[in-house]
Amino acid sequence: MRIDGKGSVDRAAPVRFRFDGVEYQGFKGDTLASALMANGVRVVGRSFKYHRPRGVLTAGSEEPNALVEIIEDRQQTPNVRATVQEIYEGMEAKSQNRWPSLKFDVLAVNDLAAPFLSAGFYYKTFMWPRAFWERIYEPLIRRAAGLGSLSGRHDEADYEKAFAFCDLLVIGAGPAGLAAALQAARAGADVILADEGVAMGGRLLADSGQIDGKPAGEWVRDVLAELGAMPNVRLMTRTSVTGVYDGGTYSALERVGLHVAARPDLPRECFWRIVAGQAVLAAGAQERMIAFADNDRPGIMTASAIRTYLNHYGVSLGKRVTIFANNDDARQTARDLMAAGVEVAAIIDARPDAPVAEDCPVYAGAEVVGTKGRHGLTSITVRHRGGDMQIETDCLGVSGGWNPLVHLTCHMNGRPVWDASLAAFLPRAGAVPGMHVAGAAAGVFSTAGCLTSGAAVAVQALGVLGRKAVPMELPLAENAGYDILPLWEVKGKGRAWLDFANDVTTKDVRLAAQENFASVEHMKRYTTQGMAPDQGKNSNVGALAVLADATGRGIPETGTTTFRPPFSPVSIAAMGAGGRAEGFAPQRFMTSHSASVERGAPMIEAGMWYRPSYFPRMGESTWREACDREVTMVRGTVGVCDVSTLGKIDIQGRDAARFLDLVYTNMFSTLPVGRVRYGLMLRADGHVLDDGTTARLGENHYLMTTTTAAAGLVMRHLEFVAQAYCAGWDVRFISVTENWAQFAVAGPMAKALLETLVEVDLPFMGCGPVQLDQVAARLFRISFSGEQGYEIAVPARYGEALFRDLLARAETMGGGAYGMEALNVLRIEKGFITHAEIHGRTTAFDIGMEKMVSAKKDCIGKGAAARPGMVGAERDQLVGLRPVNDVAISAGAHLFNPGTEVTRVNDQGYVTSVGYSPTLGGYLGMAFLRDGRARHGEMVRLVDHLRKIDVLCEVSDPVFHDPEGVKLRG
Amino acid sequence: MADLIAKTPLWGQGAVVSGGVTLAEVDLGQVTSVAPFVGQEKTLAAALKPLVFPAPNMVSAKGAARLVWTGRGQAFLIGAVPDGLDGLAALTDQSDGWAGVSLTGAGAVDVLARLIPLDLRDMAVGACARTSLGHMAVVLIRVKDGFELLVFRSMARTAWHELEVAMKMRAARLAC
Repeated sequence: MRIDGKGSVDRAAPVRFRFDGVEYQGFKGDTLASALMANGVRVVGRSFKYHRPRGVLTAGSEEPNALVEIIEDRQQTPNVRATVQEIYEGMEAKSQNRWPSLKFDVLAVNDLAAPFLSAGFYYKTFMWPRAFWERIYEPLIRRAAGLGSLSGRHDEADYEKAFAFCDLLVIGAGPAGLAAALQAARAGADVILADEGVAMGGRLLADSGQIDGKPAGEWVRDVLAELGAMPNVRLMTRTSVTGVYDGGTYSALERVGLHVAARPDLPRECFWRIVAGQAVLAAGAQERMIAFADNDRPGIMTASAIRTYLNHYGVSLGKRVTIFANNDDARQTARDLMAAGVEVAAIIDARPDAPVAEDCPVYAGAEVVGTKGRHGLTSITVRHRGGDMQIETDCLGVSGGWNPLVHLTCHMNGRPVWDASLAAFLPRAGAVPGMHVAGAAAGVFSTAGCLTSGAAVAVQALGVLGRKAVPMELPLAENAGYDILPLWEVKGKGRAWLDFANDVTTKDVRLAAQENFASVEHMKRYTTQGMAPDQGKNSNVGALAVLADATGRGIPETGTTTFRPPFSPVSIAAMGAGGRAEGFAPQRFMTSHSASVERGAPMIEAGMWYRPSYFPRMGESTWREACDREVTMVRGTVGVCDVSTLGKIDIQGRDAARFLDLVYTNMFSTLPVGRVRYGLMLRADGHVLDDGTTARLGENHYLMTTTTAAAGLVMRHLEFVAQAYCAGWDVRFISVTENWAQFAVAGPMAKALLETLVEVDLPFMGCGPVQLDQVAARLFRISFSGEQGYEIAVPARYGEALFRDLLARAETMGGGAYGMEALNVLRIEKGFITHAEIHGRTTAFDIGMEKMVSAKKDCIGKGAAARPGMVGAERDQLVGLRPVNDVAISAGAHLFNPGTEVTRVNDQGYVTSVGYSPTLGGYLGMAFLRDGRARHGEMVRLVDHLRKIDVLCEVSDPVFHDPEGVKLRG
Repeated sequence: MADLIAKTPLWGQGAVVSGGVTLAEVDLGQVTSVAPFVGQEKTLAAALKPLVFPAPNMVSAKGAARLVWTGRGQAFLIGAVPDGLDGLAALTDQSDGWAGVSLTGAGAVDVLARLIPLDLRDMAVGACARTSLGHMAVVLIRVKDGFELLVFRSMARTAWHELEVAMKMRAARLAC
């Protein structure tokens, strides 16, 4: 129900929304939880395992019960905390983990079977038969247990990622955080103040306290006005700092557009990476529950949450509220309720010496031992000196004390320290370099203490930042002590819940201890306590206290489980913002892209490049038809192919030749100007790194080409060699891959085609500048097809025009464009290698190029390539394969000797490349075969278990087409 | 004889304005990488005048000519012909290898904060950086009203798309 005169929601701005199909009205500023509460809705979800009806437990991001689905046009977001989700006009929310309805849930039958469903039940029960686990048990359990459901569609909404930098990051805008931010901002520091709430102020907005004699909210407003007016301060609301990483880097999740209906381009969330010189953690503390029988009924909440709903939202769930606590702080809830006109039935205080000052019944030394009301609390049973009694009540506020939110201090392996007087874990000093902890997060619970501590740590941080603090007078505020009697569990009959989100009871924890899962980490995994969306924020300390009791150890000896990022749930969509589908990686387009697409070429990704697979023509229905035609075209007339993706590196300097001699196995210092040479490059470990041609453009000027795949790798290798081994050498290099568009023109009519454009007078493996009208171009006579071949390069701006022009000319000669498929078949016919063969585990010896490792000089990898085991008959060596009866063979197949069993130990090698050769009229393969070069003419058995291929092949030299190279030299 | 038509990397792409920020293609003119040869630094310095070979993350400019630091022992001469530098430095034409775009307007810094992991708020005219724009390598130059960005020609469309998306999201935030 709404309480008149309370809260800061905008009563003049009604907001309509739907929950489980029913329309309700709330106000602007309401969360889904507060709005439902105002409408008297108590049951908001069903529990994970037993499907027990559950209501709102908290008023913050730690909420374990009120998890709902938000339904939008193309979105269905599960596990949204109703305590965080702001309502907006037309919002639609749905409860989850129930069927057919929230009120009547069939699987609530699990609750009756609870005696059998204790911790470890699945492990013990679904053991046998083994095959049943994946097919029967697991799907069954997954249907019965669980939280929200997914739409099954891609999340195509907008998300954002961003970077921010500051001198001081203040995490949390309660009294400590505000004081810290103000202190630092006045000193001129660049400050980011981040808070997960919609409004800043923390508990100052939720409590009814005063500062400087005025309502605390007024002080908050003044401070925010001052901070907001300073250019060196950024206020980030709805932003939860979720993780701490090296070098003062913090992750944060901002809810940007989740509080309004979806609108174009507005991101739902933004994932921030904030780099801060120093940080102040003022995350506050979180009230914890007490475990007693049936403590999970709708209507039972933390005492502070009742206060938040009353003071901030103007709502009370109960008409007759009871408080059960072990400390002073919860009394404030009773006082606030009574002041607002809500009846308080009783205060049950576990402390025998508790003060009895309130204007309502107060039972000292009393405990709640049971509750009633399946769909909403109706009464509680209280045990006290006079015996047991029933109290009629519809809302119970529980306080088992406060847990400082130490989570972020633990993200770099810091372990919190137990403080017996506060019955809480406190941050370990210096747990995160550059992070200072203030306020309730540091165990300082009074408002005055928070203000002082916030300002003090800010002064410390300013000192590290080399800034002088300006003296700041702090306002007067409440400075009450915090008296607490540890109470974790009220023993008695019935199940007492610890982890509401994962349905873990005290009995489960005791069972874990009994079955020797006595370490806190083992207990967690055995019972699943702390593994739900709230990550144990509501239950960790209580569970380990019960475990400590069960094992007879103290709490500090028992210790906590590890707090890991994120502090609160982060959607993967936010972390991967912009990375969906094509956004995954940059797309690299060649200058010929549009021309290829216009001709209907399917584009395939090669690394980040998009390259044409083949160029279909009228009447062709398969890629093979197009590929065969293109291969035959290149062998018969002329083909044009964009080869711009190959890496090109311009190398200059007096030591350029010497440098190339070092990185290549063969000699480049002897290469005449105007000539091109094929080169092989090794890694330091002796395996082949890459291959390609390098042209000598001038005395001290070379142009290296690399394979497409290894362009970046080779550039990095050259940088490393130059910097690490060649200090002082006069060699300079830079990538020119992007600067030149380069086209292969191959086939018997290649020269005739090019002569219509430029003067072509080059020997095989020659190169030189040519003039294409006004355009300075480069011509190379090289071939990857085995035909007479040229490559012509122009500055990229002319690439598209030249490609279209070359195609037009080729087509008038009976030729045309060819794609990657044909290029691959052409090179297999010729026995030319690609990275399918030089895949990182092969040596120059393996590919039959050991003679290319010059004996006259040293080179990178030469020594390593000569090690025992790197050469010899035991190596798998490159061979060609042809199946005896003309069937398809496959890359990835393995080779065996005929007559031997097809088992791993008999493996003789593997196939790296295959293609159908229209030139030779059959399938060809390239393979690595044990001692293969000595086995030309032999038969091997090719087996591919995946594709069900089993065929005999003849071993041969890998060069099938024109082995003498007559056509090449033409 | 062929009469080849030259196309810029973002041929036909009109400027985009969103939230007071303008994204447009920039014609960089001639771009030459200049990498001084060993022992030529002094002679080169004289030949470069009035430009100076820039320190890391710096730009030397005179009129339309700019010398932009792009890496270890390397700078790009933009908007000028590298006359008189032969033999003093490795000179390599880069005019066609890079797509130039400009991002101008008061919110340009906020747009780039979505894509570039650097604090650009205090970057002054005359400074530059080699950094990443999303997953792409970029040469970033601070100019009077905003920034110029040089990305690989082949990635121009992705760069444009990512910048445009960041601009629109920022504008939608401002309107929210």
